[in-house]
Amino acid sequence: MKTRLALLCAVLTLSGCSWQSTSSVDIALPVAKGTPASRATATPTGVVQRSFTPPSETQIPDGPLGDVIRQGRDIFTDAPTHASAYVGNTLSCSNCHLDAGRLANSAPLWGAYGMYPQYRKKNGHVNTYAERLQGCFRFSMNGKAPPLDSAEMVALETYSWWMAKGAPVGVKLNGAGYPKQDFKPPQPPDYARGEKVYAATCALCHGADGQGQQLAGRNVFPPLWGPQSFNWGAGMHEMDNAAAFIKANMPLSRGGMLTDQDAWDVAMFMDAHERPQDPRYTGNLAETRAKYHDEPNSLYGTEVNGHLLGAPPPKQ
Amino acid sequence: MPRLDQSRAKSRSDRGRCTRGIGIVACLLRLVALPPSACATDTLTITTQGNGKGAAPCMACHGADGGGMPSAGNPRLAGLNAAYLQKQLDDFAGGTRASPMMQATAKALSEDERQALATYYSKLPVAPALAKPSVPMPANDSVGAVLATRGRWSEQVPACVQCHGPGGIGVGEHFPPLAGQSAAYIEAQLKAWQRGARHNDPLQLMQHLSSVLSAQDIHAVADWFAAQPLTAQEPTR
Repeated sequence: MKTRLALLCAVLTLSGCSWQSTSSVDIALPVAKGTPASRATATPTGVVQRSFTPPSETQIPDGPLGDVIRQGRDIFTDAPTHASAYVGNTLSCSNCHLDAGRLANSAPLWGAYGMYPQYRKKNGHVNTYAERLQGCFRFSMNGKAPPLDSAEMVALETYSWWMAKGAPVGVKLNGAGYPKQDFKPPQPPDYARGEKVYAATCALCHGADGQGQQLAGRNVFPPLWGPQSFNWGAGMHEMDNAAAFIKANMPLSRGGMLTDQDAWDVAMFMDAHERPQDPRYTGNLAETRAKYHDEPNSLYGTEVNGHLLGAPPPKQ
Repeated sequence: MPRLDQSRAKSRSDRGRCTRGIGIVACLLRLVALPPSACATDTLTITTQGNGKGAAPCMACHGADGGGMPSAGNPRLAGLNAAYLQKQLDDFAGGTRASPMMQATAKALSEDERQALATYYSKLPVAPALAKPSVPMPANDSVGAVLATRGRWSEQVPACVQCHGPGGIGVGEHFPPLAGQSAAYIEAQLKAWQRGARHNDPLQLMQHLSSVLSAQDIHAVADWFAAQPLTAQEPTR
């Protein structure tokens, strides 16, 4: 009995201390040991708490539900291996959603899950969470949408649900998405300045040619443009998304290091490179821009450095 | 030492065994027989005997097979990236990386010698005995394993393998292999980054990371990497 108690204590200590790969945005509030925090709820006074701490990986339950959650995690962190039928490049979800979808200000899953269904201008109708995930496959992964009832989709939804357990529905939580609000460039983003920022702070990992670094055909550092990167329909091709992600998270482990201007400039530099065609391409670049990219944060269909971005479309 | 001879023959296939033998003898007698430049970059000689100008023989600390002396904290050099090795030697010589022994040695080497040694060790194959770690593998939920494969993002610490490659096998010229490396060496380096005694890291990545790690964290993660096989192919997270 004594031994069993000691063992239990040891296990609790382990789960409480050694697996703290959580990402609280409100570090002043301690997390109750062993339970996912669910503080983002309406208080008696009606004030909505917007901070949320997702559960750690050790809290994935055993059994068949846990198995599907783990499958979702595996797809999320290694999509080319675990969702190969639907992935058209070498990227994984966790390339842009850091810490396996857990990190605040890196578009965490717990910040997204409760915000759907949602009307999206991108396609002009109300999207379920699953349809939003399909969009990631079609654009960011340059692949095709897994059917709603596919094992892959069920696993990713289950993983997201598990991570968001206890978070309020329909509340924009602190740390959700990328921190875009009021994040404007002091001066208009500039390609030449961005090129210098890239060489000084990004090329170390992503390579001077932006193609990342691979070992045995697998990404260690993801390609930022070119045939193995996200396509022209992905959110990351819009400079405001890229700049906010970069400012908050890049270089890896040094998030916040770049000035706002540097983040915008290097976002423009990245997004002014060629990448796979938007799958919604109508056959006419100007028309496709007018239809899907008619906003200043997209360089698609515009000319940068004498190169008309998005044209000619790569031959399939 | 047949292994060294083989490697050397590979990397210097343009020179015959006979010439090489003469070179070594000439180097031994160089004070009386030849001008110093004639054997300044005879790499194998430097590794076994030093360069005669104050550089200690590499093998005295790093082993005849470049496998290092793990318990003494002397790192393996065999199979490391040439550009990485050369940068370390240059940094020892320039003072941005500190170590009494290595600073003295690197300063005593010419630029050409440092380059030749870096190339030599990068091409030296890892001895089969070294590919299989002799230390036990820590559990998957140990502090070291979690730091290495998941990181501690609440403190902006990515998983080590996100830059050092799956299982710590090393990536390119900036992220050296940690798999199968001496635990004492990894631990000493993390502590040196933490103190600022070592500060030759790009973008100060390691100085920042190490600043939030505890002594136990460092010990645990060093043990985890020391136990990884050099052929590890775990997926990165």
